[in-house]
Amino acid sequence: MGRVEIRSVSKKFGEVRAVDHVDLATNEGEFLVLLGPSGCGKTTLLRMIAGIEIPTEGDFIIDGRVVTDLPPRMRNIAMVFQSYALYPHMTVYKNIAFPLRARGVDEGTVRKKVEWAAGMFKIGRLLDRKPRELSGGERQRVALARAMVREPSVFLLDEPLSNLDALLRTSAREELRQFQRRVGVTTIYVTHDQVEAMGLGDRIVVMSQGKVRQVGTPMEIYQHPADTFVATFVGSPPMNLLEQEHEDVLLGFRPETFMPSDAVEGSEGVVTYPFEVTYLEYLGAERLVYGNVGEKSHGRHVVSRLPGSLTLPLEAGKTYPFAVARRDLRRFDKKSGLARPGSVV
Amino acid sequence: MTPPARPDSSPPSYRGGVFDRQDTLAKLLIAPAVLYIVAMIGAPFVLAVLYSLSNATTGDPSLHLVGLRNFTAALEDPVFRLALRNTFVFTLLSQSIVIILSRILANALLKPFRGKWLVRFLILLPWTAPISLGTIGWLWMYDSIFSPIDWVLRYLGMLGTATALLGPQTNMYWLGVPGLAIASVILVNVWRILPLATVIQLGGLSSIPRDLIEAAEVDGASPWRRTLMITIPLTLPIVSIAFLFGVVFTFTDLVVVYVLTRGGPVQTTQVLSSWTFFKGIEAGDLAQGAAISLFMFPVLAVVAIFILRLARRTEVV
Repeated sequence: MGRVEIRSVSKKFGEVRAVDHVDLATNEGEFLVLLGPSGCGKTTLLRMIAGIEIPTEGDFIIDGRVVTDLPPRMRNIAMVFQSYALYPHMTVYKNIAFPLRARGVDEGTVRKKVEWAAGMFKIGRLLDRKPRELSGGERQRVALARAMVREPSVFLLDEPLSNLDALLRTSAREELRQFQRRVGVTTIYVTHDQVEAMGLGDRIVVMSQGKVRQVGTPMEIYQHPADTFVATFVGSPPMNLLEQEHEDVLLGFRPETFMPSDAVEGSEGVVTYPFEVTYLEYLGAERLVYGNVGEKSHGRHVVSRLPGSLTLPLEAGKTYPFAVARRDLRRFDKKSGLARPGSVV
Repeated sequence: MTPPARPDSSPPSYRGGVFDRQDTLAKLLIAPAVLYIVAMIGAPFVLAVLYSLSNATTGDPSLHLVGLRNFTAALEDPVFRLALRNTFVFTLLSQSIVIILSRILANALLKPFRGKWLVRFLILLPWTAPISLGTIGWLWMYDSIFSPIDWVLRYLGMLGTATALLGPQTNMYWLGVPGLAIASVILVNVWRILPLATVIQLGGLSSIPRDLIEAAEVDGASPWRRTLMITIPLTLPIVSIAFLFGVVFTFTDLVVVYVLTRGGPVQTTQVLSSWTFFKGIEAGDLAQGAAISLFMFPVLAVVAIFILRLARRTEVV
């Protein structure tokens, strides 16, 4: 139960291709995150899976059944909207009961299920309240409970944490993950926040301009980005990309792998650069060091992220020997931006 | 160079003009409204109450109080009782039809289509026309001989032949047959209020967040269920306001009946306001006219209270 297949789906709004030939399949019980900047088509894709947007071409298959032409109510999916979309004139109880009553479930079962869902999200004491009397976090729980109460085969979430304040977001993220593990429902989660994506996803789908750029585990996405877009979109600060002389290749390395040469060791050897520091940021747990490598005429800007434990004194305006281990170097085609397989140099 | 000014013992006291004193300014600004209400609503109302308790006529408008005689006389008059009933029937029937039609129109206008602005414009047009002119237009539509409605019916073969659905006569005589006259008056009242109600309903419908409707779709609600459980409850306050506005307009309207039928045939379309006019002004019995018109007061007061309450409720949501 709960396998979603997306076959060559496109969606055009006028001349704009919001979603451009996307092929994708979830595993059963998987937590799949659609990650991308705003306008990349991730929400449109989610809405098409739900059935509230109709694809221009392509098919959706849920549990082996083509659902492309089915209305949302015949797809057995649940969705949590970014705004939560709670029915403002109904109590929390009636909100959660709504999907059950829409399916004609008898009132005894409705009561039992609503109480079960409310218990799961610890909102039992709020059942008689109206949505406007709830805090942001409580509303989010009600929205989750309403989505879960019917035990859907697929669970769709559209940036459900973006309306929460930063502190609440972290705890809500953890709860959401634990809850999903417990019920084991296939979940597709849309976000533009890479931290959420990395923390929540079994796999991440990185999207840009309607296209899928890479599908992989958080580690694959981070360690082996498929192209320069993924390399610079995931990770903060983004991956450094260095132009190479005499070669149409970009050399990429994560800021945390770029360290003072004394601190770098690699069985496959290291590449050392003179690093001219221009600016330093002290962030407590870490230090960000901005600067240029190589000859001035090329002016190649890179960032180094040093752990707070590395107390080496650095000053802006001076040049230090910095290095990257060869195994941390990634190569990208300069024209297409695609990753080039194989070892470096 | 001027010598430095001698230091003042106290800081210069600046008494601001009237615009700087908020309480005085507030009173000043609200005064025209109070004046208007007292002069144009309060005074006529008190006068109406006094007249209704007197025996004043247009010939002798002096006040000699005679107690409740005018009210009992009005109640004993069968035409008054018919007018009272008609006022309620015309108002409730026309406004119920208006609410249903305006909802359908508003729903249609929510969808994007070519020439939408033209349709909107045409729907709103009756609202911009003076009621009396519009009603005179309808008077021609209902003409006993030249009615275009009758033309169409004849053309369709529904009128004017031996086997026709509506009879062998060549005309319907819309305003000459009691039942048809009542229907005609109600139709004009519907035509008149429909634009306003449509615009209000359109506002109500488009204020529902799309998310809510989509959530209900995903939650498995059929279109019927979405309408009954989401759209109608969420638009109920604003629809009620549209309804009550229509009620006020129709309940107090004189023009439609006056222009179309003058209360006829044989008083069957008489309403409170037309009967007030005929009795109080045309027949000159000011006291009777005042008493009749005051029968509208309790109904309008209740409606006004409801409108105020609903307006507050829509503010909260």
